[in-house]
Amino acid sequence: MTLPRSVLFAALLLLALVPSVASTFYLQLGAKIMIMAIFALSLDLLVGHTGLVSFGHAAYFGVAAYALALIAPKYEAVNFWLTLPAALIATAMVALIIGFLVVRTSGIYFIMVTLAFAQMLYAIFHDTKLGGGSDGIYITMRPELTISGFKPLDLENPVEFFYLVLILLGAVYIFLNYLLHSQFGRALAGIRVNPQRMRAIGFAVDAYKLGAFVLAGAIAGLAGYLAACQFGFVSPEILAWHQSGTVLMMVILGGMGRLHGAVIGAFAYVMLQELLSAEALFGVYAKHWQLAMGSLIVIIVLALPHGIGGAIDVFLHRRRVNSEASDD
Amino acid sequence: MFYLIQLLNAVQYGLLLFLLASGLTLIFGIMGVINLAHGSFYMVGAYLAYWLANATGSLWLALPLAVGIAFAIGLVLETTIIRRLYQRDHLYQVLLTFGLILVFEELRSILFGNEVHGVAVPALVNFSIPLTETLSYPVYRLFVTAVCLAVAGIMYFVMHRTRLGMMIRAGNSNREMAASLGVNISLLFTLVFAVGMALAAFAGAIAAPIVSVAPAMGNQILIICFVVVVIGGIGSINGALIASLLIGLADTLGKVVVPEFSGVAIYLLMAAILLWRPQGLANKS
Repeated sequence: MTLPRSVLFAALLLLALVPSVASTFYLQLGAKIMIMAIFALSLDLLVGHTGLVSFGHAAYFGVAAYALALIAPKYEAVNFWLTLPAALIATAMVALIIGFLVVRTSGIYFIMVTLAFAQMLYAIFHDTKLGGGSDGIYITMRPELTISGFKPLDLENPVEFFYLVLILLGAVYIFLNYLLHSQFGRALAGIRVNPQRMRAIGFAVDAYKLGAFVLAGAIAGLAGYLAACQFGFVSPEILAWHQSGTVLMMVILGGMGRLHGAVIGAFAYVMLQELLSAEALFGVYAKHWQLAMGSLIVIIVLALPHGIGGAIDVFLHRRRVNSEASDD
Repeated sequence: MFYLIQLLNAVQYGLLLFLLASGLTLIFGIMGVINLAHGSFYMVGAYLAYWLANATGSLWLALPLAVGIAFAIGLVLETTIIRRLYQRDHLYQVLLTFGLILVFEELRSILFGNEVHGVAVPALVNFSIPLTETLSYPVYRLFVTAVCLAVAGIMYFVMHRTRLGMMIRAGNSNREMAASLGVNISLLFTLVFAVGMALAAFAGAIAAPIVSVAPAMGNQILIICFVVVVIGGIGSINGALIASLLIGLADTLGKVVVPEFSGVAIYLLMAAILLWRPQGLANKS
């Protein structure tokens, strides 16, 4: 299911106007939501459109963030045009190696194996000195976006960073929308519904799954790169399994198998987290926001089987049916 | 002698993993539920042992109490929440039990704080057997090994020699058929879930004096249990036993040979086995 183009453009336009009214705090919050939306979109490609429930997706988010942190020298800004592709290629390579092993499994095995490999990467970054160990690494200066001396966007400026993230979110959304309507995307949909039949009619199912896995890894890498830019700090927690659970929650919350669902889910989750951890509202209990979040996750899974997006669809459908009935 | 000690440690760790992994694979094999909160019960067991041992002054009293409380929590969880997941997709089971992990972790943080706690080894088994002039082996580890072996033996007996075990195995291979032959599936599921939770808590409680009681302990061991279940083959108790011992060896060897990368050794083993047998060691393809 895709949104009508008019709604999409209206949403993009609305987002583009945010910097003219919002303070730096809300700009940063907005950028964070959009980064998480890119991350959730990449996971939805696997979970919602290919039927592969990856529970280790934070691994690719984290690898790209570490790639930037490891390339960046301490007191010098790196070149955006070199480091972004480098981070994406590194992420895609890791996704290719892990993907080659995991697409051989399916169902519940797939969930456990993806989680286990993500934890392997966590162990590597946590136990070795490679990325500063459990203390993590700082990225003191954001990458510089220059084209032969000309600098279209200054990433140190919160407004311009917001626009960069917005442009990339829009690009990822449009790309995935195009991809899912292509032959490749239709093959993925077929694999989600019935892999045996797809194999029987001659599709190399594992190759398609691997393609989706690597692509999703690379897009998660884009989100991870941007997150490392925004927070200026990378630690093993960025690829710990909490992060994988969080992004999966965003996909479910928004309703999987809908691209706009991933964006809605990211927005809902981050806002919910902000709300529950607000000391102004919950005082000393604010630091235990995960208790409320965990309980909410349990309730949402039990009460809203198709997420917020699904609930909205059901609501709209019911209204449409009602209005059609009253027209007669 | 050094290698004998490492071997004993490997077996002890492997059997502890088996207690946890067998509960995980039993719940998955019989009820079809993937339970991420399994690791949380390992943590619950360890913290209960720490708290009860301080309150009663004896780990011997704390052990059965911790197991009993975990069993009771398991009963409540199954009848109120887990029960609604049986017909749902694995994805939702993963997510809901992920939510439960957050709840358990925060409750732990509120009740016990975020420090690392130690539990004293009971005086009765608090001594070491000298192996050479410089090396000795703590008896408590031997005790843990023996108890884990005993529990594994009891499990084997119950599964293969009793009526209850017959019903569990019947439920494992064909739920509908077992139900139509008069097995009370609903009660059986509640029981299996609570026993699985009690086993995990028992593992945590008995390991508490060895591993130190720390916040992230449940999550770490859960992932390792997943590796065990993936290597052994889902739903196979025998596979879980073989895989647990393999992982115990790989982990211990890894720590001795390449300490920096010891965390990675077990995943390399998993990758190798996946290449060879994606369905696990014990399952036929």
